[in-house]
Amino acid sequence: MESVNELVTILPAIIIGFAGLLVMMLDAYIENVRLVFRTTTLFTLGALGIAINDMFGHSGEAFYGLITYGGTAAFGAVLVLIGTLVTVILSRDYLEKTGSHIAEVYSMILFGTFGMLILVSANNLVTLFLGIETMSICLYVLAGLVKNEKKGVEAALKYFLLGAFSTGFLLYGMALLYGASGSTFLTDIATLDDKGMIYWAGVALLLVGFFFKISAVPFHMWTPDVYQGAPTTITAYMATASKSAAFVAFIFVLSRALPEARAEWGDVIWLFSILTMVIGNVLALVQDNVKRMLAYSSIAHAGYILIGLAAGTDAAYSAVLFYLFAYTLMNLGAFGIVAYYEWHKGLDFTEVKNYAGLGFKQPVMGVLMSIFLFSMVGIPPFAGFIGKYRVFAAAVDEGLISLVVVGVLASAASVYYYLRVLINLYMHESDPGITLIRPGVLYSATLIILAALTIYFGVKPGDLTNLLGSFKGISY
Amino acid sequence: MDTYVHLVPWIVIIPLVGFLFNGLFGLFSESFQTRKTLIGSIATLAVFIPFLIAAYLFILMQGDSESVSVSLFTWIEVGDFSTDIGYRLDQLSLLMVLVVTGVGALIHFYSIGYMADDEGFWKFFSFLNLFIFTMLNLVLADNMLLLFLGWEGVGLCSYLLIGFWYTDMAKSDAAKKAFLYNRVGDFAFLIALFMIFQVIGSLRFEDILNGTNLFTGEQVFIIGLLILIGATGKSAQIPLFVWLPDAMAGPTPVSALIHAATMVTSGIYVISRLSPLFMLSAELMLFVAVIGAFTAVIAATIALTKYDIKAVLAYSTVSQLGFMFLALGTGAYVAAMFHLVTHAFFKACLFLGSGSVIHAMHHVENKLHNEGKKVHFDPQDMRFMGGLKNYLPHTYKTFMIATIAIAGIPPLAGFFSKDEILVMTFNAGMGAYGEVYIGLWALALVTAFMTAFYMFRLTLGTFHGTFRLPGKIKEAKDAEKYLHESPFTMTSVLWVLAGLSIVGGFIGIPNFVVSTFTGTADVNLISNWLDHVTLNADLIIGKEVEWLLLFGSVVIALLGVFTAFRMYDYNQLEASDAGISEKLGAIYQVWSDKYKLDEIYEGGIVHPTIRFSDRVLAVFDIRFIDGFVNAVASIVRFIGGVMRYFQTGLVQTYAYGIVLGVIVIVAMLLFR
Repeated sequence: MESVNELVTILPAIIIGFAGLLVMMLDAYIENVRLVFRTTTLFTLGALGIAINDMFGHSGEAFYGLITYGGTAAFGAVLVLIGTLVTVILSRDYLEKTGSHIAEVYSMILFGTFGMLILVSANNLVTLFLGIETMSICLYVLAGLVKNEKKGVEAALKYFLLGAFSTGFLLYGMALLYGASGSTFLTDIATLDDKGMIYWAGVALLLVGFFFKISAVPFHMWTPDVYQGAPTTITAYMATASKSAAFVAFIFVLSRALPEARAEWGDVIWLFSILTMVIGNVLALVQDNVKRMLAYSSIAHAGYILIGLAAGTDAAYSAVLFYLFAYTLMNLGAFGIVAYYEWHKGLDFTEVKNYAGLGFKQPVMGVLMSIFLFSMVGIPPFAGFIGKYRVFAAAVDEGLISLVVVGVLASAASVYYYLRVLINLYMHESDPGITLIRPGVLYSATLIILAALTIYFGVKPGDLTNLLGSFKGISY
Repeated sequence: MDTYVHLVPWIVIIPLVGFLFNGLFGLFSESFQTRKTLIGSIATLAVFIPFLIAAYLFILMQGDSESVSVSLFTWIEVGDFSTDIGYRLDQLSLLMVLVVTGVGALIHFYSIGYMADDEGFWKFFSFLNLFIFTMLNLVLADNMLLLFLGWEGVGLCSYLLIGFWYTDMAKSDAAKKAFLYNRVGDFAFLIALFMIFQVIGSLRFEDILNGTNLFTGEQVFIIGLLILIGATGKSAQIPLFVWLPDAMAGPTPVSALIHAATMVTSGIYVISRLSPLFMLSAELMLFVAVIGAFTAVIAATIALTKYDIKAVLAYSTVSQLGFMFLALGTGAYVAAMFHLVTHAFFKACLFLGSGSVIHAMHHVENKLHNEGKKVHFDPQDMRFMGGLKNYLPHTYKTFMIATIAIAGIPPLAGFFSKDEILVMTFNAGMGAYGEVYIGLWALALVTAFMTAFYMFRLTLGTFHGTFRLPGKIKEAKDAEKYLHESPFTMTSVLWVLAGLSIVGGFIGIPNFVVSTFTGTADVNLISNWLDHVTLNADLIIGKEVEWLLLFGSVVIALLGVFTAFRMYDYNQLEASDAGISEKLGAIYQVWSDKYKLDEIYEGGIVHPTIRFSDRVLAVFDIRFIDGFVNAVASIVRFIGGVMRYFQTGLVQTYAYGIVLGVIVIVAMLLFR
C-alpha cells in the first residue's frame, strides 16, 4: 500500500511516460499531427504544473530511498519540463516550415524527458544510471531525426559513439564505488570511512561521466558538431533540459554521496571549470555559425556553473539552480529565434552573416533576440546577470577568487561573440531578397513569455532565490 | 490613513501602464496610431486617475499626519546595502503629486487638440505618460537612489520631448544641449549620493534626516553644494540655466508641463526635502540664496529684450525659479513650495496660451501657403503679432489673468507667494550674513519690478494694438481673416488654469494680514500643511514691517505694469525697445546677447575639450589602448585557431580528448 501512495511523488514522470506511450499510439493509428501536438503540449503542461506545486510542498525519500522528491528534485523537474514544453511548442512550426515534420519527435522528446525526470530525483546509482541512459538514448535518436540531412545523421552517430564511450566510464565508476562501499545508495556511499584506491578511482570515473554530459572541456568536442547538426529546436532541448537534469543530478551526487571528499573533487572541478570557461569562450569567439557559437557558449556557461559546484556550499548550489533557471530561459529563447530565422531559407541559414539587417524586418523577434543575448552576456537587468552574480558571490565567499577572476574576464570576452550577432541583426544592410514571415501567435507568445521571465527574474529575483535557499541542505 | 497606503503605488503604476499601452500598441500597430481620440483619452486618464487618488489621500491626510512608507519590493541588495522600490507619502510629496498629476492631466487634455495633426501623436502621449511616471517616482521616492532614477528619467523624457521633431537639426541639437547640461548637474548629484551613503550607510530619507548630526560641518557644506549643483542643472539656475531657453524647441505643451510646471521644480523639491540638512550650514544657505537672486535678475534682464514669446516665458521661468531658490536660501521652504505651486498654475496657463497663439499664427501661415503665397515668418515672433485680443478672446483673457498673477498684483496667486518670498528674504536680513540678504532682497525687488514690466510688454505686444503681420509682409495682406480661436479642448484648459491662477494664492494668505484685525489668525493653509515636513526659518520681523513690505511689493508691481502700459500699449513694441536700447547702450546689448554665456561656454569649455581630445586623447587611444586591445584579440584568435585544429570532426580525436581528461582526473585523485 505504501508504495501506491508513493506514486504521487513521481507523478510528473508518470504523466510524461504515459503521454509518451499515448502519443506513439496516436501516431501509429490516427495520423493526426495536430492531435499529437496538442496531446503532448497538454500533458507536459500538466506535469509542469504539478512539478511547480511540488516545489512548494514537502520533500523526502520514496521507493525505499531510490528516489527523492520535492525541493531541489522538484525544481530540477520544473527546469526539465520548461525545456520540454518550449521545445515541443517551437518544434511544431520549425519542423513544419523546414519540411521535416514527423510525429515521433514528440514521443521521443517525451521519453527523453521521462529519463530526465528520473535523473533529477535519483538517490541511488542505479536509478541515476537508468535516468541518464533513458535520456541519452532518446537524445541520440533525436539528433539524427531529420534523416535526409547528412550532417544530422553524422552528428547522431558521433554523439552515440562518444556517449557510449563515456557511459563506459560512468558505469565503471559506479561499479567501483559500489565495490568500495557495498551500496548503491548515495547517502550510504557518503558514510564510507575507509577511502581506498578503489573509492578514488570510482569518484574519478564518475566525474568523467558527468563532465561528458555537461560538456566540460576536454569532454566537450562532440557538442559543437551535434548542436550544429541536430534540428535547432532539438538542440535547444539538449542544451537546456538535458544540461539542467545532468547538473541537478551532479549536485546530488556531489552533496550526498561525496561530501567528505569535497576538498579533492573541489580541486578537480576547479581545474576543469577554468579549462571549460577559457576554451569554451575562446572557441566561441572564432565561430561564424550561430548554432555553433551557441554550442560553445553553452560550454562556456557550463564552466561558469562549475564555479558554483567547486565552491560546494548550499549557497553555491542554490546559486547554481538559479543560474540553470536563467540559462534555460535565455537559451530556449535564443535557439527559438535561430530556429525562426531558419524557416525562411532552410537549415543552412545559420551563418552570422545571414542575419544582416534582419533585426528591423521583424522588430519583435529582433528585440527578443537582443534580450536573450544580453542576458547571456550577463548584463543587468536580465536574469543571466543575477545568476552569474550569485554564483560568483558564492565562490568568493569560499575564497575561490582566482576562479571568479577567470569567470569575469571570460564573460567580458563573451561580449564580443554575442554582440556580433546583434551587430549583424541591426547594423548591416539586409539582403533585399529576404522577407520574414510573421511567426504564429503561439510561437511568438512563447518567446515573449521567456523574455518577460528573463527580465522579471532579473529585476525581482528575491522570491525565487528565497525559495531556492529554503531547499534545506540541498541534500534533501 | 494607514489603511489607504496601498493606494500609493497605483499613483505611479497607472501612468506606467498608460505609457506601455500607447507605446507598445503604437509601435506594433499602424491602425492604432490613427486612433487619436483613444490614445489621447487613455493618456489623459492615466494621469487623471492618479490625480483623483492623490486628491482622495489629500482629504484623508491631516496636517500633522506622520509620513508613511510603502515598499513595493527590494530593488537592490548588495552586502549591507539594500534599497527598496519604496514610496514615501507625506505632506510634501503629496503636494508635489497633486501639482504634477493635476497640471499634468490638464496639459494632457490640452495636447489632444494641440497635437491633433501630428504624425507622432501616439509617441508624444506615451512619452508624456513616461514623463509623469518618472516624475512621480522622483517626488514619491522614499530613498535617494529611487529619486535619482526619477531624476535621470525626467531628464531622458525631457530630451525625448525637446527633440520630438527630431528631423529638425536645431531641435535635436537643443535636446542634446539640455541633456548634456543636465548631465553635469547629475554627476555632482551622484557624488553627493555616494558621500551621503558613506556617512549614513543608507540612502533612505528617514535615515538621512534622522542622522543629520552624523555629518561634520564640512561634509554638510560639500554635500549641500553638490546637491545644489545638481539642482542648478535640473532647475535651470546659474551657471547651468542656458539649456532651458533652447528647450523651447519642443512642442508647447511640453514646455508648459516639463519646462515650467514640473520637472524644473525638482531641484526645489529636493532641497526642501533635505531642508534639515541644508539648515545646518548658514554659508550653504547663503550660497543657495545668492544663486537664486542672481539667476532671477539675470534671466529677467534677458527676458526684457526677447521677441520670441516662448523665449520670454522661458527666461521668465528661469527668473521665477530663481525666486524659489532665493526662498530656499532664506530658509523659507514653505514660501518656495508655495511659489512652486502658484507658478505651476500661471506659467502653465501662459505657456498654453502662447501655444494657442502659435497655433493660430501657424494656421495663418498655412492658409497663406495654400493661397500660393510664399510667405515666411516666425509664428512665435511678437513683432508679427499685435491686436490678437479681438481674434483670440479666450486666450487673451486667460493670458491677461495669468500675467496679472505673475506680475504680483493682489489678490491673484503670484502676489501672495512672491510677497512671502520678499518678506522672508528681508526677514533673513535680521540673521546671519544679514547685510548680504538685504542686498539680495533689493535685487529681488528690482526683479519683481522687471517681471511685471516684461510680462506686460509681452501681453500688450501680443494682444493689444493692431495686427502687424500684414504691415510687415506685403503678401500677407488681409491675413487677419485666417486668425481664429483655438478649439474648446484647448481654451477650456486655459480657463481652468486661469481660475487657479486667481484663487491659488488663497492657500497661503499670510497670517499677519488677518491677525492685525482679529488678534490671532491661522489662515495660512500651506504653511500649516507643510509645517510638519520642512524646517522653516522663524519670522523675526513685526507685523508693521510686514505690512510695509507688502505695500512696497504692490507698489513695485503696479509701477512695472504702469510703465509697461505707457511704453507698449499701442504698437510701440519695437520703437520703445529701441528707445530703451539707446538709453542703456552696451548694457542692453549684453542682455540681448544673453550675457554671452553660450559663447563663453563654447570658447572656454567645449572647444578646449574638443581640441584636447583630438590632439592628445585620440592619439593615446589609437596608439596605446587600441594597440593593446588588438594585440589581445590577435592572441586570442591565434589560440582559437590552434584549438580549432583539434576540432577535426573525427570521432577518434574526440575520444582522445576524453581519454586525456580521464588521465588528468585519475591522476589528480589517485596520486595526490
